[in-house]
Amino acid sequence: MNNLIKGEKHDWEMVIGLEIHAQVKSNSKLFSSSSTKFGSSPNSQVSLVDAAMPGMLPVINKYCVEQAVKTGVGLNAKINNYSVFDRKNYFYADLPQGYQISQYKYPIVGEGKVTIDFKDGTSKDIRIVRLHLEQDAGKSLHDQNPSKTYVDLNRSGVALMEIVSEPDIRTPDEAGMYISKIRSILMYLDTCDGNMQEGSLRADVNISVRKPGYEYGTRCEIKNLNSIKFIKQAINYEAKRQIEILESGGSIEQNTMLFNTSTGKTRPMRNKEEAHDYRYFPDPDLLPLEISEEEIGKIKSSIPELPDELKNKFIETYKLSNYDASVLTAEKQTSDYFNETINSDPELKNYAKIVVNWITSELFSLLNKNNQDLNNSPVSPENLGQLIKLISTNEISGKIAKDVLEDMFSSGKTARQIVDEKGLQQVTDQGEIAKVIDEVIAENPKMVEQYLAGKDKLLGFFVGQAMKLTKGKANPKMLNDILKQKLNKKN
Amino acid sequence: MPKSSLKQTLQDLESKKISIRELNQDYLKRIKEKENLNVFIHFNEENVLKQIDNLEKDNSTKKLKGIPIAIKDLFCTKSMPTTAASKILENFNPTYESFVTQKLLDEGSIFVGKTNLDEFAMGSATNTSFFGNTINPLSKENEPLAPGGSSGGSAAAVAADLCLGATGTDTGGSIRQPASFCGVVGIKPTYGLCSRWGIAAFASSLDQAGVFSHNVEDASILLESIAGFDQRDSTSAKVDIPNYFENLDDDLNGKTVGIPKEYSIDGTPMEISQIWEDAIKVLEKKGVKIKNISLPHTKYALPTYYIIAPAEASSNLARYDGVKYGFRSDEINSLDEMYENTRAQGFGREVKRRILIGTYVLSAGYYDAYYLKAQKVRKLIADDFNKAFKECDFIVTPTAPSAAFPLNEKQNDPIKMYLNDVFTVPASLAGLPGISIPFGKDKNNLPLGIQILGKHFDEQQVFNAAVSLERSYE
Repeated sequence: MNNLIKGEKHDWEMVIGLEIHAQVKSNSKLFSSSSTKFGSSPNSQVSLVDAAMPGMLPVINKYCVEQAVKTGVGLNAKINNYSVFDRKNYFYADLPQGYQISQYKYPIVGEGKVTIDFKDGTSKDIRIVRLHLEQDAGKSLHDQNPSKTYVDLNRSGVALMEIVSEPDIRTPDEAGMYISKIRSILMYLDTCDGNMQEGSLRADVNISVRKPGYEYGTRCEIKNLNSIKFIKQAINYEAKRQIEILESGGSIEQNTMLFNTSTGKTRPMRNKEEAHDYRYFPDPDLLPLEISEEEIGKIKSSIPELPDELKNKFIETYKLSNYDASVLTAEKQTSDYFNETINSDPELKNYAKIVVNWITSELFSLLNKNNQDLNNSPVSPENLGQLIKLISTNEISGKIAKDVLEDMFSSGKTARQIVDEKGLQQVTDQGEIAKVIDEVIAENPKMVEQYLAGKDKLLGFFVGQAMKLTKGKANPKMLNDILKQKLNKKN
Repeated sequence: MPKSSLKQTLQDLESKKISIRELNQDYLKRIKEKENLNVFIHFNEENVLKQIDNLEKDNSTKKLKGIPIAIKDLFCTKSMPTTAASKILENFNPTYESFVTQKLLDEGSIFVGKTNLDEFAMGSATNTSFFGNTINPLSKENEPLAPGGSSGGSAAAVAADLCLGATGTDTGGSIRQPASFCGVVGIKPTYGLCSRWGIAAFASSLDQAGVFSHNVEDASILLESIAGFDQRDSTSAKVDIPNYFENLDDDLNGKTVGIPKEYSIDGTPMEISQIWEDAIKVLEKKGVKIKNISLPHTKYALPTYYIIAPAEASSNLARYDGVKYGFRSDEINSLDEMYENTRAQGFGREVKRRILIGTYVLSAGYYDAYYLKAQKVRKLIADDFNKAFKECDFIVTPTAPSAAFPLNEKQNDPIKMYLNDVFTVPASLAGLPGISIPFGKDKNNLPLGIQILGKHFDEQQVFNAAVSLERSYE
């Protein structure tokens, strides 16, 4: 695979690292008991602690700690028995304390890795540097009044996990696959709802470019991207910008950038003079966080099967390809759906590849077309299983099955019902098929002549005609065999 | 006129010798007479009368029922505004009650008012308050003296007999030094004994609530009332609180007192060295073994304190930004200007000085040299005490390097002012309990204080030694 971008003068390689901010799935905030519900009316979920009233103190929410440990395990990472909350000091209207409580020197989770899988069957590890817990800020609303800014503190104090990767990513696609994979793991673990639109999962992208084989270049950080599409766009734009500067003899200034989603361009967020000195120091209101091996063990044992484990299981049990298995396990709802489908009939185990195809191509495209989700699919796993069973037993052809699926999707009927009602069973009676073939041969003497003269491709024409006469119900293999037999006899 | 003690008053109330109303009206009268001392930031007679009304209707027995208590205006209270002596909180009315004051209310005490302090407890003379100086009740007419600080209002309130006890907070000596200056008893317990919940923070790792009283017995009663675990404060300790008063024992026979040689500092007035020696002699007579100890890192305590405390303060005070509550400047053209003008106009000089120091020592490039180093030295200072306490049961030192000084004497010399904390700061850094009791007078007949330090959560030993010294002195 060629990951390089062509510049005016030579090729360039992107070097990308991601900082993912994932909102911890928890009913209450990291240091207060306020609700974390999304979309409530402004400032309705704000405790005295969240509003930083004088004398108010943070108290760690143990559930959020467990969620972070769980996530660390899911990222194959080292869980630190000892971690420390620090204060990151800066002024902003939606930061009531004047500092964010975060983890700086001693994060709760250390080094780990996740694997991304490519279509060509290869895969790649992206190393994780760390995961730490921190508070989210509130929200400044600039569009509510022409001259004022309003502040909504509902989000203030909500727990975030910041997951930092090594700069192991080389292309926008890899970045997209990496964040999808992280999202998938978090959703399997139920530690983040993964909702990028609501901001539950967002990323800062660090990117630099270099001549292949050379040292890392100076990087820029693009802040707060909340969709995979924007991440890819932003990376592409920013890489191009950096290459243009370098090729015209300039140098990159390390900077924090914002991505404008309507223009597709990045621009510097602040200049050097405004650069923050966050003055991190251990939060004296909180004790260091200590987690025993026993507690970690307990959390580990509560962890469900994760995508990579499931993927390997699928490969082994059903002889699926690495790529098929990774598509199937990318989202929990997909692997759940697959499991339910294949387990709906003992025979289906032998047709796993067909089951995958029917889920990931036929059903997915119907769902997409109708803007629906697998979770509320009108076709249940059992019904899809029944349909595939009908195909595998040659009761209907694959082509007819597509129509049946569409019918199932819109009518909610079972495959059996539709096939019976419409009489769609395949014709497998040799005599009946032969009769139809005879008819077709008799009606097309010129074509037969041409075929016998060597135009093999005309076989398709005869098949088509015969299928037409049987309304598509003839068993294709039998039709083919008998047709060839009869035509060759003419020779 | 001998001041009646809290203990005696409780008996008088019990035996109906006096009613809650009579008692408090007596105090109210004195509070109004002594308005010139500027002890209170907030005093509202109606509010006190309302509390008396409510208590009269209340038939339950409560430990401090009807006892007039003054509250340092750093504790958030629902019934009275809370200012931290700062313009930035001038009109702040908390919707919540601090842990400590709630405990006092639960025991049935009456809050007579909120006492003056140095702005956000930063100072040693109660002269950095936005609401003006408090005057030491022991001042001669023509020479107003400082009451010490930062809890100068509370110490003065007890000294002037405007209440039977008062709350204070002590970060580097803010209870013990004013107690010494005003001739009253003041105890700062072990860090973590009293919840910090609802106390406007100065330096979180050092701030600790405590009490002032006329004598050691009263202090033991009051401290027991405000101590205890609170899950809302992560640094609050899960320890059993003994009945300090019931357990008071002035028999020190067989105990060992540590006398740290590093507390003999050049320039300490003769009288202070003298009362220290007197105290040691008294203890010796009581069968206490005298042990000369060394706390070798004592000389680094002040600089360490004046790095750590401002560092934490610079962060703790960031919340006063004009956005959510409190003072906001009128001159605003941008968010940055709102911060700048609000904080420039809302904070006083000393607070700004400490925010600057704190910001500096935490800055990139200076953190390791200042803050991190200070944390390491703090550990060494704590280790000094741990080692010393293997050889002794308690430590005795002077409380402050001088008696009360004239009000404006050290106004313009912060370093001189900071030196006031020289004997109190080391125990604060180590989180140890310390009490100051009046013990002797200087040549101007001003009270001097002796400080007794104990092991972590060994307040009982501190009280025992204090009551023993107090009784022998009387």
